[in-house]
Amino acid sequence: MRSGTIPLFPEAASTMASRVDGLYFFLVGLTAFFTILIAVLIAVFMVKYKRRTPNEIGARIHGAMALEIIWSVIPLLICFGIFAWATDIFLAMSRPPAETMNVYVVGKQWMWKFQHLDGQREINELHVPVGRPVKLIMTSEDVIHDVSVPAFRVKADVIPGRYSHLWFEATKAGEYHLFCAEYCGTRHSGMVGRVVVMEPDDYQAWLAGGVQEGSLASSGGKLFQDLACNTCHRPDAQGRGPVLQNLFGKQVSLESGETVVVDEAYIRESILMPRTKVTAGFQPIMPTFQGLVSEEGLLELIEYVKSLKTDSQVQAVRPNTGGPAANENTPAQTPPSRN
Amino acid sequence: MSSSTVSIPSTHYLNNGTTLKSWLLTKDHKRIGLLYLAAVTFFFMLGGAFAVAIRLELVTPAGDLLSDANYNKAFTLHGVIMVFFFLIPAIPSVLGNFLIPLMIGAKDLAFPKLNLLSFYIYFVGSLFTMYAMVSGGLDTGWTFYTPFSTVASTTAVVPAALGIFINGFSGILTGLNFIVTIHRMRAPGMTWFRLPLFVWSHYATSLIQVLGTPVLAITIVLVAAERIFGFGLFNPAVGGDPVLFQHLFWFYSHPAVYIMILPAMGIVSELIAAFSRKQVFGYGFVAFASIGIAVIGFLVWGHHMFVSGESVYAALVFSFLSFLVAIPSAVKVFNWTATMYKGSLSWEIPMLYAVGFIGLFAIGGLTGLFLASIGLDVHLTDTYFIIAHFHYVMVGGTIMAYLGGLHFWWPKITGRMYNRTLGKFSAALVFVGFNLTFFPQFVLGYLGMPRRYHAYPDEFQVLNVLSSAGASVLAVGYLLPLFYFALSLKYGEIAGDNPWGAVGLEWNTTSPPPTENFPVTPVVTWDAYEYPTPVEGHVV
Repeated sequence: MRSGTIPLFPEAASTMASRVDGLYFFLVGLTAFFTILIAVLIAVFMVKYKRRTPNEIGARIHGAMALEIIWSVIPLLICFGIFAWATDIFLAMSRPPAETMNVYVVGKQWMWKFQHLDGQREINELHVPVGRPVKLIMTSEDVIHDVSVPAFRVKADVIPGRYSHLWFEATKAGEYHLFCAEYCGTRHSGMVGRVVVMEPDDYQAWLAGGVQEGSLASSGGKLFQDLACNTCHRPDAQGRGPVLQNLFGKQVSLESGETVVVDEAYIRESILMPRTKVTAGFQPIMPTFQGLVSEEGLLELIEYVKSLKTDSQVQAVRPNTGGPAANENTPAQTPPSRN
Repeated sequence: MSSSTVSIPSTHYLNNGTTLKSWLLTKDHKRIGLLYLAAVTFFFMLGGAFAVAIRLELVTPAGDLLSDANYNKAFTLHGVIMVFFFLIPAIPSVLGNFLIPLMIGAKDLAFPKLNLLSFYIYFVGSLFTMYAMVSGGLDTGWTFYTPFSTVASTTAVVPAALGIFINGFSGILTGLNFIVTIHRMRAPGMTWFRLPLFVWSHYATSLIQVLGTPVLAITIVLVAAERIFGFGLFNPAVGGDPVLFQHLFWFYSHPAVYIMILPAMGIVSELIAAFSRKQVFGYGFVAFASIGIAVIGFLVWGHHMFVSGESVYAALVFSFLSFLVAIPSAVKVFNWTATMYKGSLSWEIPMLYAVGFIGLFAIGGLTGLFLASIGLDVHLTDTYFIIAHFHYVMVGGTIMAYLGGLHFWWPKITGRMYNRTLGKFSAALVFVGFNLTFFPQFVLGYLGMPRRYHAYPDEFQVLNVLSSAGASVLAVGYLLPLFYFALSLKYGEIAGDNPWGAVGLEWNTTSPPPTENFPVTPVVTWDAYEYPTPVEGHVV
């Protein structure tokens, strides 16, 4: 509790924070400069040219082309500069590093569910280590939500039916606010939590202390069998469905003649609406699993598909290694392609 | 000053018919303007009452005054009422209606019956929204984001949406009326480049209303259709796309911001010129800046969706265009300031509002650069920074200009002058109260406080208390004019035809003007704001 003092700036606890703050301070300075310039000019004119006699009129001045050009072009150039600066930051925000520690996020009215790759599940609390890029792969069960961590200066909408992404690298151990920033109904302001950033050793200890339900991919593998996906999607190319081994991140041809990159959104769509984008050479015979798999179940299946390698399925199960390298092909924002 | 030199004419639009029917069925643009004045004042008070509820709730971090559900309804109705039933219609429908025919030397708008119809459409639309307010309220936010509004909300979304849909036609018809009037009804000699800038800005506004509002209407119909019939338009559970709604909504609602601010800019041009007794510096640049804002304003909607999953490259394009739209606004601010250079500046109340507008609009506009800056917007969007930014533009800009305009033209509208001491006091309260209310919200936003939060972490309390304190000062500043304007109707000093010594055709007729505006159609042989030496007219 810090009431009584007025905080002016949020904590800076990610690699992005200082970059965002730099631009912010520049713009605060620019705003102050122009506002004060205008205010001083107005104040001086108000006093200096105050009407002396009731019938006095102003000087006959219509305008000046040179001035118009100056005060159009200079702001324009400043704007170009700000645009370039802000774009540079945004591109860094949009492009996660190749190796990230992935955490799946499901938002629902009014709570956050986090699933770590090696099985830990958290509600309204997210534990991450210092110094590791973390990528959140997020979706919503109901309406649009938004993950906002002011101390990291990052934010992204969490949209039902889509997977959105957000990445950060925490730089300072501590606890930081996690807000839902997109209005989502009655208890919107209760959809809050905290991000707990830990030193790597503490994080390892936290991981070891967690309840082990098996890795996310292994849960997905179990679901894959429970739903009998494995009867058609076989590793030996003899099944009625495409082989899923080594599929994630690859480009595949569709019956329609189009191509699609296999990302989270495509896998989700193929489970829920399997006849929308059928792989070339296959019949549209797969039934829909709409209503049979929860959002968390879908994420487990996706993680399972990501983990499928020709040689083994072990690597994704190994804790603390972050996501498989195949993730680097995932676009930062993945709206579903529409036909 | 003795009133022996000035008097109220024996017949004028106010006493030409005194029955209720003569008001409710009037086709006189001036009387219709006053009908709107009564209506938008009512909605301003109603929207303001919801603002009071919001600011009282936010004095303490816990959500203890209102329930969650009622708080959400309060901010939703504050937004819906202020945007659709006050800010969008206020200046065009009250002052635009009253002044455009007077300023261009016409007897009325091109379609007087359509003008009356516009008022009743607005009235009927507002009834639907009022019905929604009392029968379950509305908790979607004024932005109606899907799928919350179409699937999850249990409040009266359909009646409220219907009200906004109907009300849209009022704006479309008013815009159409203004466009035709400005094209066809100008007095002899009133060329395009002799038009007051108020008329130019209303022309630009009307273009947006006519072209943009139908998109809002369609979007609102789609929301209602999905809610009633379960169409899979926006709800992903049945194959819809929730973000499509945001594109459609902002395609109208960002230009709508310019519907709210362009007429205000028009007023400020009039005020600065009149109280500097000088032509507006760079008249052509100011006029075309309005058109430029209207055109580019249609191409920036995607900047509301930088974190909504739009593609990186779409986001970059929208960011770039958003920077471009800042330039015409900057040009206007510089030209207004330059107009004051070597003017004959009076410190009358409308001028105080005008210079207050320039300062606050400068801050509102410059903080827009923060939000156009895509990498910074990610942190700022959906926080109190946004709230502060658009209140600097909408309240610090539009409402300051609207009040300035009312104080400027009140003697023309009523023939009487209000109490100027109270007026100056009130203007000071508005300026101080406004800044105290909204400046802390910039800081809150950078700290990360999300908008639409009923409860918040303790460390945000001091800034919220400051904001609420400012709001109470602002409320007094807004209530005082109601009081002294009302008093002026009976006790106000008789103003005379041209109390400010301003030029402009509206000052060349009586105060109040006759129903036909000008006994003889004026012939214009001078430019806008061209002051003869010495100035004619009565100066107090």
